[in-house]
Amino acid sequence: MAKNLIVIGAGMASGRMLEHLLEDQAGDWNITLFNAEPRGNYNRLMLSPVLSGEKTYDEIVTHDAAWYERHGVTCRFGERVLRIDRDRRIVEGENGALPYDRLVIATGSNPFMIPLPGHDLEGVIPYRDLEDTERMMALENRPDARAVVIGGGLLGLEAAAGMKARGIDVTVVHVMGHLMERQLDEAAGYLLRKALEGRGIKVLTSANSKEILGRDGYVRALLLDDGTSIPCDLLVMAVGIRPNVALAQAAGLAVGRGIHVDDAMVTSDPSILAVGECVEHQGAVFGLVAPLYDQARVAAETLGERPANFVAKELATKLKVTGCDLFSAGDFAEGEGREDIVFRDPARGVYKRLVLEGERLVGAVMYGETGDGTWFHGLIQDRTDVSGMRETLIFGPAFQGGAPADPLAAVAALPADAEICGCNGVCKSRIVEAIRDGADTLSEVRARTKASASCGTCTGLVEQVMALTLGDDFQAPTVQPMCPCTPLTHMDVRRLIRSRGLKSMAAVMQECGWSTSCGCASCRPALNYYLLCDWPGEYRDDDQSRFVNERMHSNIQKDGTYSVVPRMWGGITTADELRAIADAADKYRVQTVKVTGGQRIDLLGVKKQDLPDIWADLNAAGMVSGQAYAKGLRTVKTCVGTDHCRFGTQDSTGLGIRMEKALWGAWTPAKVKMAVSGCPRNCAESTCKDVGVVCVDSGYVLHVGGAAGLHIRGTVILCTLKTEDEVLEHTAAVVQLYREEAAYLERMYKWLDNVGLEHVTERVVTDAESREALAARFYHAQRFMQTDPWAERTRPEYRRLYAPLADLTLEAAE
Amino acid sequence: MTDWTDIGALEDIPRRGARVVRTRLGCIAVFRTVDDEVFAVDDACPHKGGPLSEGIVHGRAVTCPLHNLVLRLDTGKAQGADEGAVATHPIVVEGGRILLDASGLRRGRVA
Ligand code: SRM
Ligand SMILES: Cc1cc2nc3c(=O)[nH]c(=O)nc-3n(C[C@H](O)[C@H](O)[C@H](O)COP(=O)(O)OP(=O)(O)OC[C@H]3O[C@@H](n4cnc5c(N)ncnc54)[C@H](O)[C@@H]3O)c2cc1C
Ligand code: SF4
Ligand code: FES
Repeated sequence: MAKNLIVIGAGMASGRMLEHLLEDQAGDWNITLFNAEPRGNYNRLMLSPVLSGEKTYDEIVTHDAAWYERHGVTCRFGERVLRIDRDRRIVEGENGALPYDRLVIATGSNPFMIPLPGHDLEGVIPYRDLEDTERMMALENRPDARAVVIGGGLLGLEAAAGMKARGIDVTVVHVMGHLMERQLDEAAGYLLRKALEGRGIKVLTSANSKEILGRDGYVRALLLDDGTSIPCDLLVMAVGIRPNVALAQAAGLAVGRGIHVDDAMVTSDPSILAVGECVEHQGAVFGLVAPLYDQARVAAETLGERPANFVAKELATKLKVTGCDLFSAGDFAEGEGREDIVFRDPARGVYKRLVLEGERLVGAVMYGETGDGTWFHGLIQDRTDVSGMRETLIFGPAFQGGAPADPLAAVAALPADAEICGCNGVCKSRIVEAIRDGADTLSEVRARTKASASCGTCTGLVEQVMALTLGDDFQAPTVQPMCPCTPLTHMDVRRLIRSRGLKSMAAVMQECGWSTSCGCASCRPALNYYLLCDWPGEYRDDDQSRFVNERMHSNIQKDGTYSVVPRMWGGITTADELRAIADAADKYRVQTVKVTGGQRIDLLGVKKQDLPDIWADLNAAGMVSGQAYAKGLRTVKTCVGTDHCRFGTQDSTGLGIRMEKALWGAWTPAKVKMAVSGCPRNCAESTCKDVGVVCVDSGYVLHVGGAAGLHIRGTVILCTLKTEDEVLEHTAAVVQLYREEAAYLERMYKWLDNVGLEHVTERVVTDAESREALAARFYHAQRFMQTDPWAERTRPEYRRLYAPLADLTLEAAE
Repeated sequence: MTDWTDIGALEDIPRRGARVVRTRLGCIAVFRTVDDEVFAVDDACPHKGGPLSEGIVHGRAVTCPLHNLVLRLDTGKAQGADEGAVATHPIVVEGGRILLDASGLRRGRVA
């Protein structure tokens, strides 16, 4: 006699289980299928193509009415199960109770809704079922409809891509630093973002949602904690799912994060099974469909009293965000004994990274070209020994077994009309011709053909063509690369950042073909500076890429304490300021109070956890950080000038203060020091500063390029000026030119040696238009730079970073 | 015997950053990498005691802020040609909380 089988939930997992069951146990069961949704099994994964308009709902139905009819499955769709009575073996639905012999719970999961203020407004929806999909589709009919998606994971991006395909204006708000951080590393996340933005989807990362604003009970905008408000007519939250365990829990089954099941998919009650996203198996819960299909097969076997075991496998994600080619599998964290193989093809937007552990492949992330994904996934799952194919592994299965590729052979094989330099459309034959005509250095080839003269990424290729054509006569130029992560020089990278509009560190590393996944301690601070300099107001400073002094806004001392130096504008202070400094020195038990060589006072030996407090005290007395640690403006020393000195020709103190007030806060390639002396006796030592002013009767002599540190260098005279305003404009222009052109850590005099005084004179003195433009760019950047780091860092969200994470000494003393 | 002690949330440490845990036996630097892995090592460089928690974190390594020694966070060993090592401590993340094995660190506890 057939037994009663009740299945709760007509989803992906139960649908598959029923198919297995009906293959050879059709006569054994009276099946009743409950589903809260008013419909039967459909392919939930395909909701995205429905949303984007590529498919209709009818096309994604997996089991239609005829199928249930044919197999004698009783459908109770649109009916929620309210209770399971295990003692009486009864399931209570909204329309009545029914007894079971075996019960399968397949209730899937519930979308998680962040309980932000306003989350219960009309128009705030998850993305889980057909109703949600239809809500998004309906937006299409509203003119100028706008949607916000919270969550930059798989689901959120599919929602965004789908709505965008229908012409809806979409913004994705993601709390992490890059999209899909669980499946992708930063580089792949960058490419994905670029592709989505290319389609007109707005993407905000590191964005914290604060509140959902409404009008008349209906969603109106999303407010971020930085004050940004994004207007919207619909807000989709796609931030995660929680196994739907309510029924099981109420029935007293063992439940953790999900419903506990054993290897046979049986719950703590032997007559009840569970499959799908609602289960927890050996501590794991599930969110992708592949393992659910395995569970479905095992559950069918178990019902048929045949032994079967579910084993969770290493998962690969072949992601289907419409139109983006992504793949990720295994574990791609770095580690001891682990090695990265990175391949980037900036021109085609391809990024591939393999992570090896010993002889094995343990992880793979790919973007732009994922055809080999399945092959790599196989290598990971089978734990294949890949040591024999290391060199060519990243090129995929097509390259295995052959001889390792010789890069020169590849270039030799290129046809004469193959394009080498994309920017200037230079083909191989033109380069060869130029070389035959006598161009025997890279710069000669560049000058004659323009090849590699723009973005420079093809420099390597051009060199290879030269090596092939010139044979042994060719000597590759020995340029100093920026760091071991790249063959490019600092200047190459700066040029690329500007010409290609690269605005994030991930963008630079991808488009310039970095050989590491996240850079090193020497390139990251340099890139951070270049980006900050070139994209003021757009690029967000990365604290973690700064050397400790700049991250902490304090000089670290040899014993790990810090020094605190408030600004004294132009070396001028007051009795009140001195009193506040003295009070701070007492209160924080400062070890040493010293007058610096820069005309101000250094409080040495302050403990890290005291920094925010001492800063707050000094702020309260009107003082700001002296930035004695910064690759930026340090001091503007002055002498007493006409105010007091019998030789003074101009107000050197006043001008020094004006200069310091105009220039403070600017980040520069290396530190910048200035001085203004009231007469050629030069008591402020202007002639050994990066920028120095020596006042004379007729005006101001502007000096540049001095230093008195590791090397002592006298300045050179740039020009003589009539007014203070002119001094300020010329100073801003020269500093800006230096900011834009120098390599990171290159002090002004070294840059001057490289570019020549003539170049600077031309850009800053002779060409007034160029000077004005430079000064304008400088002051534009200052709008974003001139915030006192002390004031910023005494705010609570920063403050905690200065305190220990935990203190086990206190606990131990209890 | 291990003594897993909750020292805070993963989110309390910035990515590619570190925070310090004070113990009777000196400070321990707890690092969070870009991939959200967490490591704990003594916060004193084998060279001249530099505070490693203030170094720049790249991959699974940190560069000492005082004189640029590069140490691996997982083994505590100096990278490349350099010599020296720093003690590492067992640490795990569970449900967003960071647990440090404090068993070796409570010596000196007042009974
Ligand atoms: C505090 C001070 C010494 C003092 O007690 O007077 C000082 C202290 C340091 N100097 Fe200096 N320099 C100080 C004035 C100078 C001067 C004099 C001046 O500015 O007129 C010079 C020579 C002028 C010049 O820079 O051309 C000077 C040339 C250097 C150099 C060599 C720079 C160079 O390009 O050759 C370094 C090393 C570096 O920057 O890489 C340096 C580096 C340092 C560092 C930051 C070392 C370090 O990296 O930790 C010292 C930090 C100590 C601390 O914890 O505060 N310090 N240093 C002076 C702070 C001035 C201020 O108010 O901001
Ligand atoms: C838009 C979208 C795109 C996706 N894309 C992918 C993808 O590309 N790749 C991938 O692997 N996975 C994807 N997923 C995830 C995948 O769809 C799920 O893993 C899968 O559907 C889970 O199957 P399930 O049977 O456990 O639950 P579900 O398919 O959710 O089915 C559970 C059913 O139970 C019903 N139910 C719940 N409680 C009750 C009750 N008390 N009484 C009666 N019925 C109840 C629900 O109404 C629901 O119909 C996607 C999901 C979504 C929403
Ligand atoms: S001279 Fe040397 S020791 Fe003295 S403060 Fe400058 S860097 Fe330090
Ligand atoms: S103390 Fe770390 S390198 Fe010197």
